[in-house]
Formats: sequence, structure tokens, C-alpha cells
Amino acid sequence: MRFLPLQALKMKRFIGFIKKEFYHIFRDRRSLFILFGMPIAQILLFGFAITNEINNVDIAILDHSKDATTKEIINKIAASEYFSIKQIIEKESDIESIFKKGKVKAVLNFEKDFSKNLIKDSKATVQIITDATDPNTANTISNFINAILQKYQKELNKDITFVYQIVPETRMVYNPELKSVYMFVPGVMTIILMLVSAMMTSISITREKELGTMEILLVSPIKPFQVIVGKVFPYIFLSIINAIVIVVLSIFIFNMPVQGSLLLLGLESVLFIITSLALGILISTISATQQTAMMISLMGLMLPVILLSGFIFPISSMPIPLQVISNIIPAKWFIIIIKGIMLKGVGIQFIWKETLILLGMTVFFIGLSVKKYKIRLE
Amino acid sequence: MSNNKVIQVEGLTKMFGDFAAVNAITFEVEKGEIFGFLGANGAGKTTAMKMLIGISNPTSGKATVAGFDVYTHPEEIKKNIGYMSQKFALYDDLTVKENIAFFGGIYGLSRKRIKEKSAVLIEELGLEKVANKLVGALPLGWKQKLSFSVSLLHDPKIVFLDEPTGGVDPITRRQFWEMIYKAANQGTTVFVTTHYMDEAEYCDRVSIMVHGKIEALDTPKMLKKQFKVENMNDVFLKLARG
Amino acid sequence: MGISVKHISKSYKNVKALQDISFEVKPGELFGLIGPDGAGKTTLFRILTTLLIANEGTATVAGFDVLHDYKSIRKHVGYMPGKFSLYQDLTIEENLEFFATIFGTTIEENYDLIKDIYVQIEPFKDRRAGKLSGGMKQKLALCCALIHKPKVLFLDEPTTGVDPVSRKEFWEMLKRLQEKDITILVSTPYMDEAALCDRIALIQDGEILQIDTPEAIVKHYPKQIYNVRANNMYQLINNLNAYKYNHSVYPFGEFIHYTDSREDFEPADLVAYLESKNLLHIEIEKTEATIEDTFMELAK
Repeated sequence: MRFLPLQALKMKRFIGFIKKEFYHIFRDRRSLFILFGMPIAQILLFGFAITNEINNVDIAILDHSKDATTKEIINKIAASEYFSIKQIIEKESDIESIFKKGKVKAVLNFEKDFSKNLIKDSKATVQIITDATDPNTANTISNFINAILQKYQKELNKDITFVYQIVPETRMVYNPELKSVYMFVPGVMTIILMLVSAMMTSISITREKELGTMEILLVSPIKPFQVIVGKVFPYIFLSIINAIVIVVLSIFIFNMPVQGSLLLLGLESVLFIITSLALGILISTISATQQTAMMISLMGLMLPVILLSGFIFPISSMPIPLQVISNIIPAKWFIIIIKGIMLKGVGIQFIWKETLILLGMTVFFIGLSVKKYKIRLE
Repeated sequence: MSNNKVIQVEGLTKMFGDFAAVNAITFEVEKGEIFGFLGANGAGKTTAMKMLIGISNPTSGKATVAGFDVYTHPEEIKKNIGYMSQKFALYDDLTVKENIAFFGGIYGLSRKRIKEKSAVLIEELGLEKVANKLVGALPLGWKQKLSFSVSLLHDPKIVFLDEPTGGVDPITRRQFWEMIYKAANQGTTVFVTTHYMDEAEYCDRVSIMVHGKIEALDTPKMLKKQFKVENMNDVFLKLARG
Repeated sequence: MGISVKHISKSYKNVKALQDISFEVKPGELFGLIGPDGAGKTTLFRILTTLLIANEGTATVAGFDVLHDYKSIRKHVGYMPGKFSLYQDLTIEENLEFFATIFGTTIEENYDLIKDIYVQIEPFKDRRAGKLSGGMKQKLALCCALIHKPKVLFLDEPTTGVDPVSRKEFWEMLKRLQEKDITILVSTPYMDEAALCDRIALIQDGEILQIDTPEAIVKHYPKQIYNVRANNMYQLINNLNAYKYNHSVYPFGEFIHYTDSREDFEPADLVAYLESKNLLHIEIEKTEATIEDTFMELAK
């Protein structure tokens, strides 16, 4: 590309500005820590806090068949180090009361004529009911029971050509919309991108106001939007690096599978980064000091992201007014999008609606902050 | 106290590593004197003053303030001095009366005494109309006069003023100096640290610090004579430029 | 092509910051705006540097209207705000380079202009601005404001909080800049700096008290001033204030500046009066008015 002298000058001005921004970032230990220490610390913290190891979990058995096969399965489960059978119950109605008392974490419900069905239809069903108030544990429990069942099934099928199949039917009570063990990854990623993009940009712009340098910048030929773009550019770059760090950490330390397209994940992340940056600029236009910018970022952005985006509390179990409010939180849509890509492996055809909403919000925030941005001091 | 020396300093030194921020300074200040403590930024005057008001321990040397040793009785010193700085003076978000009550309370004045003092002070400064207004809304000059009066609430033996009149309009500034003269006339010692040389002209005696040492100490009149110049600014320039 | 200010007024909410301000600064002039904090100096600077819009009146800087041609003004003026406004975490050289770049120039291109000043801080060019002394910060700020060879230079209280040595050096630098055809508008609360300007405007409470050369301003002081001193300053002030013929009584360093309301004032009368009040070592002598005397007389 060939530049006219004027364009070359503008380009130089812009590069000079970005260079300065990087000096600021790399010379301030506090912001460097937030930028790079925080993502790693958060991923590790969440990752290890949400354990997927279980040990001697109390379960109950409801056996409608009481035949040789179910006995064998029960014995296998009892023999494993993961479970101990706390109680044998006799009727369906006991299931609820036993959960309410909090005595057991799961109930195994064998259907009637289990052995018979297995031989006759080569298929029998066992229901695994878990207490999903602690969804991560619930999920892990059902995974472990499944594993035991499958192992047993393989043993059954070893010597014969005919295939017997045990069908585990998993049912969760109290929290049917189960959150996966990996759910923290989309949530943490959202928080970090928001923090880095919105808070750091708003602080870096208000810092210039506080120092008085904004006054000098205004009284110079550099245009306000150049200042903004110059401010935002380094953070787009750093946020992308952060997103990559988070995904890589999740894959290699926590073995999180990324089912969908990495390219789509990347593009959606960039969109969300831009949304957050626009919010950051908006915050900087309404706050005069770094302290205010930080307060607004934390109270106005972080808290809703943590509480209302579905990251920690499922949206479906919120009161209706909060469910409505959650719709205006960009993070909610981003979490849906990346959850879809990372965990379900869906393509754009399933998340285009959410993407469009996020895009609309971004355009709105950019427009608003451009309108609010002042070329003078008042 | 056997004599009228309210501040006695001998060989007072403060080291930061190998660097002597204050290097063996010696001087005395008498009761009711207005003493100017001058120096450029970084000459060591703030460090020296911190030692005198009992918030920083000297490395070596002797100093007594209001009769109390700075090493052993810093708390007694704090009870007997007042302090006013241009940077921090009063709370902008409290009213005039609330500020007076607050600072009176800090120095342990009884409620009755605060009430009396507060009435006198407000009348003397002509602040009746704004007594219940926030201090932040007052003009700078009024704030400074109020702040000075507040620093005298507990009748301290010595009042330390840190660059008290920078930026104030000339008339208010004179009113401020009249207040200082009045306090001194009533026996309060006034210790002014400043790098504004025209403030120095008002002092009875001034010391000039250069690189941690006191390089000159006399009345402004004698200093001007000694250096054969017209004003304190030129005295300072001659000393600082060497 | 200097600065022209016509009937500028500006209010914030219910405070009148500037009231009907008018003055002209000729090209190449060193013009001082002298007044205490809160007089409206910074507001006026911000209007002239296009940062604020006046409620009434018009102004041009280097021939450009502050409202309509604000972009042109921003290319052609240098501005040093009252508070030190450089990047503390950038070194001297990085700060200067940054400002050169955003003004579309390089340090080399205009090095001549800043050379005098820059050589004084160049030995520390790799030091961060936050670690510099007050005097060095001020020199760096001036270099940054000059790097694009502005036609007009705005310096808002450049010497506040700076020690006398640096202050003196700073004014020497301004004098040299003036020789390079830069129009300079400088504000200061220090009356003694007024004498160093070509012309000054005395400003208080948003109003201009007087505009003239420093010499003319003191020459037009209406009264004869006397230096009075005695053994007790406080009693001297009280007695002079109580004296029925006084016109003004102002402490002035080791003296009191006294003016009398009578045409045919005899100093001996005053001495006799003061002696009757038990004052000792009374001295009284004629003295010249200063800018500060004029300021107080006008602001009275």
C-alpha cells in the first residue's frame, strides 16, 4: 500500500501513540499483573476448586428386580472405592424423602425384571438419580456409575456373540439444566476479557484526565477518535493473547475438549472484546478519575457478569425480573455462544441469534461513546 | 523550661542510607518568634520539620521542642504544637463549625470549650454567615485563615506552617500575616517552612537550608546586608547558586 | 496574529468565572496575566486553547477563531497546563518523542528551538519524568510544549511550586524564546514576576483590574507610600489601622506600607502619634510602589 505524505504522517502519529500505550502497560506492575497474572490465576483457581474426584459417596438402591444381575451390579458398586451403599429403599416415594434428608447423593433405580429384560430384549434399564444441587459432583457421580456399568457390560459380552445392553437413564433432581465441570472456562474467559478490556481501557483513559495529559492531547492536532483507537488497540491485542492463554490452559491442564471451530471461537471472542472496549470507553466518558472508573467497572460490569450472566447461577432459576435484566448483559450472550462452541461443538447456524444481539449491543455502545466523547473539557 | 528557647536543635541529622538529608543542623527559636525555615525543594526542610514535630526519628543529634525531647517524648510534643499545611488543612465536606468541633475534639478540648472557642473564632474571622456552610465552598483565602485559627485552637506553644500563603490574593495574604503577628504577639512561636522568598521577608529570623545544611541564619535585614542585595529572593539565589 | 480577546464571559453553574474580559496581545509579546488562585486565569487559558467555550464574547489566537477554527489553533499553539501534565512513567526522551510524533514532527526538526533548554535536562534523558525535580519537570514540560514550533505559547502558572533558582532560570528561558518570535501568554500568582513581562493584566475575581506595562502600572500608583517599622509589628499594625487619617495599611515584609488620606501629610505627625502609643524605634521613609501595592489598591 502506498501512503500519501499526510497518511504516512497520520500513521506515524498513530504508531507513536500505540508505542506510548505499551510503555504505560509494561511499566505498571499492577496492570501487568491484572493483564497476565489474573487469567492464569483464575483459571487455575476455578479449575482446582471444582474438583472432579469423588470418594466414598453415599448412595441408595431401589431394586425392583432383586435378581442375580442387579445383585452383581450392586456388589460391584459397593466394592468400588468411590461409593458406599448407605440404604436400600423399597418404594419410589422414598426417593424424594431420602434426598431431602440429604443422606445420599444418588439413587440407583433398577427396573422390574432387570435380568429377564436383559436376556429377552438384550436390553435393561437402570435409572441414576443424582442430587444436582451440587451439579459438578452430580455429574461426576453419574459418570463414575456409568463407567462401572459399562465395565460390567463388557464382562457380560466377553464370551458371547450376542450383545447385552444396560441402558443407564440419568435423571437429575433440583437442577435439571446441568452445568458441566467445564462450565467455569467460558465464565472465567468472559470475566477476564471484560476485565482486561473494559476496566483497563477506562482506567487508562481516565488516568490521562487525572494527570492532565488529556488537556495537552486535546490541544494538539491528534483527533479524539485517534486517541480512543490508540488507547483501545493495545488492549484488543492483549485480550486476544489472554483468550488464547485461557483456552490453551483449559485444554492442557483440565483436558477440556473444544468441540467446535477454533476460528469461530476466535471471531466471537474478538466481537466480545470490542463490546467490552466500547463499554470501557463509555465508562471513561462519564468518570473523571481512575478510582471512579474502577468502581463503575467493578460494580457496573463485573458484578452483573458474575451474578446475572448465568456463569454461577443458572438464569432459568432466577426470579423473572432478573431473567429479564440478564438479557441486557452482553456477557450472558457471550457465555451462551462460547458454551455452545466449546462444549457442544455447534456452528454459527445455532448461535447466529446471540451473535447478532452482541453485535447490536457493540454498535450501540460504540455509537453512544462516540457521541459522549468530548472534544473539549466540558 | 528554664529559658525562653522553645525549640533547641543541636547537630540534628537524618540519614537515608549514605545520604544525609539533614546534616548536623543547629539552631534555636525563642518564644513568640516568627522563624522562617527556608530551602529549595529537596534541601531537607520537610525532613527536618518531620523530626521536630515528632513523626520521624533523628539519626543523631539533639532536639527539644516545647521543652520535650524528640526521641523520648514525641507524643507530648504533638500535644503542644499546631500544624497547618497548604496541602492538607480542613475537610472540604464538613461545615465550618463541624471542622472546628472535629479538630477541637482531636486535641481533647471539652465540648463547652469548643463551643466558646468556635463562637470567638467565627466572629473574629467574620464567618457568621457561612458557619454552617461546607468549607469546600469557601474562597481559598478564607479557608487558609480558618485553617490557621483551627491550628491554634488548643493554644499550642508552637505552630508549624508549611507554605501557608502560596497562591492567595495579596490582601488576604496580609490579613493572614496580621493573624500571625497577633499569635506571635501573644507568645505563640510561629515556625514557617517555605520556598517562597517573599514570605521570608515577614519573619523575625530566617534560616536557609542548602543540601541538608543551614547555610545562613539571621534577620532578613542582616542577611540582605550581608549578601549586599535588595531582597530575600536574591539572598537565596546567591546561596543556592553558590 | 497574536491574541485578541473581546468581551469574554464564562460562568459555571452559579459562579461567574470571567466577566467581560478584553485584551490584545501583540505578536512576539510576552504578556503576563497576574492574579491569585481563583481569579479565572486557568478558565481564560482553557478558552483560548479551545478546551472550553465562552458563554459570551469572541477571541482569536494566531488569527484563528477559538470556536470555529479550533482545529487550526490546536496545530499552532503550545500549551503548558498549571499541573505537571506529562507521562510520569515515560522517560524525558520518550515524552519528548511522543509529543513530537503527535504533532507530526521530530525532535531533530525543531531542535534549535528547544536546544537551550533541552541540553540542561539531556544528561537525564533516560530518567522517568516522575523521578525528576520540580525544576527539571518544568523544563521538560516547556520542551514538550515547544516541540512543534508553536506560534503562540500558553503557560499557565509555570512557576508555581518551583524554587527561586528554577524560577529565575525559567524566566530567562522565556526571554530567549521571545526573541524567536513566539508570542507568549503566561499567568502567575507571583506579583514579583510581573516586572519580567512586556505588558501585564492584573486580574481578580474574573475581572481585569488594569492592563499596562509593569513600569506604567507602578508609576500610576496614586499615593506616596511610606515604609514604617517599629519595635512591635502587631501593635504597629493595630495602631496604624486605628489612625483616623490612614488610607491603607499593609504589612510588607519587615515594613508596613502606609499611605495617608491627606494631601499635606507630614511623617512627623505619624511618628508623634505612634510614640504616644508607646511604640519604640519608629522608622518612617518614602518608598516606591510595587505591582503588589497597585494590585491591592485596585482590588480594594
